Amino acid sequence: MMGTLEAGPVQLAPVAQTETDIGAAAHAARRRRATWLWIARIVLPVIVIGGWQLSTATGVVDKFFFGQPTAVWTALVELFTKGTAFGSIWSNLWVTIKEAILGFGLGTVAGVVLGLLLGQNRFLSEVCSPYIKALNSVPRIILGSIFVVAFGLGTFPKVLLAAVLVFFIVFFNAFQGVREVDQNLIANVRVLGASPLQVARHVTVPSALSWIIASLHTAFGFAIIGALVGEVLGSQAGIGLIITQAQGHFDPNTVFACMVLMAVVTLAAEYLLTMLEKRVLSWRPPNKSEAQAI
Amino acid sequence: MAGKQQNSATAAPRPSPSTTPARIELTGLTKRYITPTGEAFTAIQDVTFTVEPGQFCAIVGPTGCGKSTTLGQVSGLERASGGSVKVGGQLVNGVTTGVSFMFQADALFPWKTVLGNVMIGPTLNGSSKAEAVSLAQDWLRRVGLAGFEDRYPHQLSGGMRKRVAMAAALINEPKILLMDEPFGALDVQTKAIMQTELLGLWEQLRPSVLFITHDLDEAVALADRVLIMTSSPGTIKESFDIDLPRPRGEVQEIRHEKRFLELQNQIWASLKDEVERAYARTVSAA
Repeated sequence: MMGTLEAGPVQLAPVAQTETDIGAAAHAARRRRATWLWIARIVLPVIVIGGWQLSTATGVVDKFFFGQPTAVWTALVELFTKGTAFGSIWSNLWVTIKEAILGFGLGTVAGVVLGLLLGQNRFLSEVCSPYIKALNSVPRIILGSIFVVAFGLGTFPKVLLAAVLVFFIVFFNAFQGVREVDQNLIANVRVLGASPLQVARHVTVPSALSWIIASLHTAFGFAIIGALVGEVLGSQAGIGLIITQAQGHFDPNTVFACMVLMAVVTLAAEYLLTMLEKRVLSWRPPNKSEAQAI
Repeated sequence: MAGKQQNSATAAPRPSPSTTPARIELTGLTKRYITPTGEAFTAIQDVTFTVEPGQFCAIVGPTGCGKSTTLGQVSGLERASGGSVKVGGQLVNGVTTGVSFMFQADALFPWKTVLGNVMIGPTLNGSSKAEAVSLAQDWLRRVGLAGFEDRYPHQLSGGMRKRVAMAAALINEPKILLMDEPFGALDVQTKAIMQTELLGLWEQLRPSVLFITHDLDEAVALADRVLIMTSSPGTIKESFDIDLPRPRGEVQEIRHEKRFLELQNQIWASLKDEVERAYARTVSAA
């Protein structure tokens, strides 16, 4: 304590506002906000799922058509303990995941290769652009029917359908990524003597990469949709088949249970893709990816 | 686009850039573009001047007078519609060898570290990785960025990014340095520091420099010769020799010298008309 200061006749600020005090206050405010955030996050699904449970239990909503949260849980447990009519849930889950991953891989490779190619070649892109636009406006999910008819009930038609859905998302992003390349950078490496291949390796591909990786999040969701729809249209195994069968038996609870399962799979894939993104795009300024937090 | 960037496929295997500076000769250089509406637009017309080997030549002119177009021709990235460019006695046909660019925007690879950005020159030249790394580290030390090798461009200040760009442009010891308003986006203090550093590095390497700027003070402080360009179509109006002694030292201090102010006044008298004319045109067009 400094006696000379305290002896002064006027003391304007009774609260000592040191930097540590302000820091502690800000810290406490942040903690309070985090607590409320989590409380709200927990309350929200409790209201939604609890409301669903309540309204079906009281008969306001018919649980025969709309299912019931507790029954969905029972169906989920049964899927794992009793298995399904088509073998264990694990083997069916693996079938669907395999189809989605293969379709995802195929669609991504095709989308990236074609996107980079057309993005760099003006003539080629002008030749192809009306056809790509036309194909993109086709409701591609219908292609699933043709694939099932043409290629049977096996894995391949589902992979193909997933790949078609994935392709367009990745393609447009890769294409745009190449188009957004900083022309100064290209001029720079060209005067330094870069060959067209070196321009691609050092400038075009890395620049397009952030666009491509951003598109993969959406693309994986579409790969799952492709695999499931393919299975619903006709298959001998997979989550889509379980869904169709449950639909036939008027069993909404099993359908919801399958939805939950696939959501978990997609979330896991999302997590892996985010890890990949963080690794590959570690150079990016942190504020840029904040928008993707949601 | 009229005949643009089709020459890379025909580029011969590149000899390693010689460190001897080269004479740049422009003779009757004309460049026309086809605008999106299909009209021809003459960006520069009959531009003739010579930059002696090792000379620092600045081009000053109003906005949109074709200064950047002229640079594009010298680099060989764009093709002339008429006239010729010779570098070191050789006609430019395809990308000129031994040239480095510096732009107003940093033109750094955002996904490469500072070291990776500076290494790109020797890497493209075919140097081994170890060579490239040690050379890049040496250059980072020369521009005062030792210890920042692992940072990414977005983690640096504007001035530091300019230093990286400068190291990346000079690491291959180019015979020609083309600079398109390199310090245009910097604040006044940083600009002065970077100008002084550029002069220091240029005096060590002595490449021929073609330096484009709006800033007359900058042109007079740095250059051996200042060319005034008129607008639409761009032509060279006048040429001034700057006889300030070298080495010039601190750029901030040259500005107060008597000879600097004389030259600056002289050139401004010539430039003023052009600037006013260009401005009047933009006002009437708006």
